[in-house]
Amino acid sequence: MTDAGPLMPRRREVHPVPYWPDYKTSVPRSPNLPLLSMESTMSEETGPRFGHSVIGPLDNNLILNYTQGKAPAVGERIRMHGRVLDETGRAVPNTLVEIWQANAGGRYRHVKDTYFAPLDPNFGGCGRTVTDENGYYEFMTIRPGAYPWPNRANDWRPMHIHISVFGHAFGQRLITQMYFEGDPLIDRCPIAATIRDRSQLDRLVAPLDMQNSRPLDYLAYKFDIVLRGRRQTMFENRMEGM
Amino acid sequence: MTQPLDMLTETPSQTAGPYVHIGCIPSFAGVQGIYPEDLGLSPFRDGAKGTVITITGSVFDGTGWAMRDAMMESWQADAAGRFPGQADADPAVSGFCRFAADKDSGEFTLRTIKPGPVTNRDGSVMAPHISLWIVARGINIGLNTRIYFGDEDNSHDPLLARIEQRPRVDTLIARPTDAGSYRFDVHIQGPNETVFLDL
Ligand SMILES: [Fe+2]
Repeated sequence: MTDAGPLMPRRREVHPVPYWPDYKTSVPRSPNLPLLSMESTMSEETGPRFGHSVIGPLDNNLILNYTQGKAPAVGERIRMHGRVLDETGRAVPNTLVEIWQANAGGRYRHVKDTYFAPLDPNFGGCGRTVTDENGYYEFMTIRPGAYPWPNRANDWRPMHIHISVFGHAFGQRLITQMYFEGDPLIDRCPIAATIRDRSQLDRLVAPLDMQNSRPLDYLAYKFDIVLRGRRQTMFENRMEGM
Repeated sequence: MTQPLDMLTETPSQTAGPYVHIGCIPSFAGVQGIYPEDLGLSPFRDGAKGTVITITGSVFDGTGWAMRDAMMESWQADAAGRFPGQADADPAVSGFCRFAADKDSGEFTLRTIKPGPVTNRDGSVMAPHISLWIVARGINIGLNTRIYFGDEDNSHDPLLARIEQRPRVDTLIARPTDAGSYRFDVHIQGPNETVFLDL
């Protein structure tokens, strides 16, 4: 029954502001009018489920998945790992986590990326996994490079990995980015700056996790993700079958 | 002092960026061979009960430009108004689809089963609709909206009833074009700004 009950209202103040002139594309792509707020309905409280069966054995290994194990990608080998929880602190098991990123030189394998840093023939740049019964997930990948982007005259994205998480309800859907401890570009990034609450931005900065790194092999970074919770009370009736 | 609430705070969103396709629909982005196929190619398979419909549209930015890089996800009930996982739901309906604007025309197409009316926990009934989530470069937190249908009775829908400015209701209603075809455009800003949802 942990998946019953309405979603806790989204605390918009802990999220980025939609309109942030330093991030130029947000200017024509942010609604001007207020959102329509109301309590979640069945449409937000249910959501797609993806079982472990859709996941291939190399799906969460970006070092090897593009060549299906034939040749490793170039770059600093890292393990990215953490847990998916909800606001009540409960683990979110069996939920799909997808990531995508630039290669070690800061280049994406995408038609729209024209940066002259070379593609790595052994790196595709995406991976996915499903959390275990404790909400735990992990990926092996390479640390992505920082890259320049057309915004203000000389803007660079800090090293980052894009992350998409489903949860168990469509209203929990979240896409975010993980940054790396110590990167001086974070404080210069207008996309990171769309999060006005510094303590919230800090939550996107993964600490180096030496105890979970492997000597002579890889460094580890820990990244926990918190999704919206659900209100549970004995006073609200629950729909059969949910 | 009081007892601590012991609540966690939701992880903040960040834009999906221009390369969201690599992560979510890699084959569409030209990254082949990692997964057998992209996730959510269709919200139903053969044998699904109900009417197959096609919804076409664009996501327009505040300048009226059809965004070429928007990615969308839809979530809906089956023809009888049941969501996957609920008792008696149609096993041929997954309810979930991922699709993107065409990189040249900016137009998207969603081919799906027309959903039925959904009964909420409190017994209220929602008119047939599809939930839509839109992400793209420049969108810092995904935009939620709904697609209702112009050829259905929407007069008692509890969400539409909450829209104070009645002409804005039309921004959530797909317009029938041909048989089984609808047009649904999203306007992020401007005089026809779509009603976006926080629920
Ligand atoms: Fe990026």
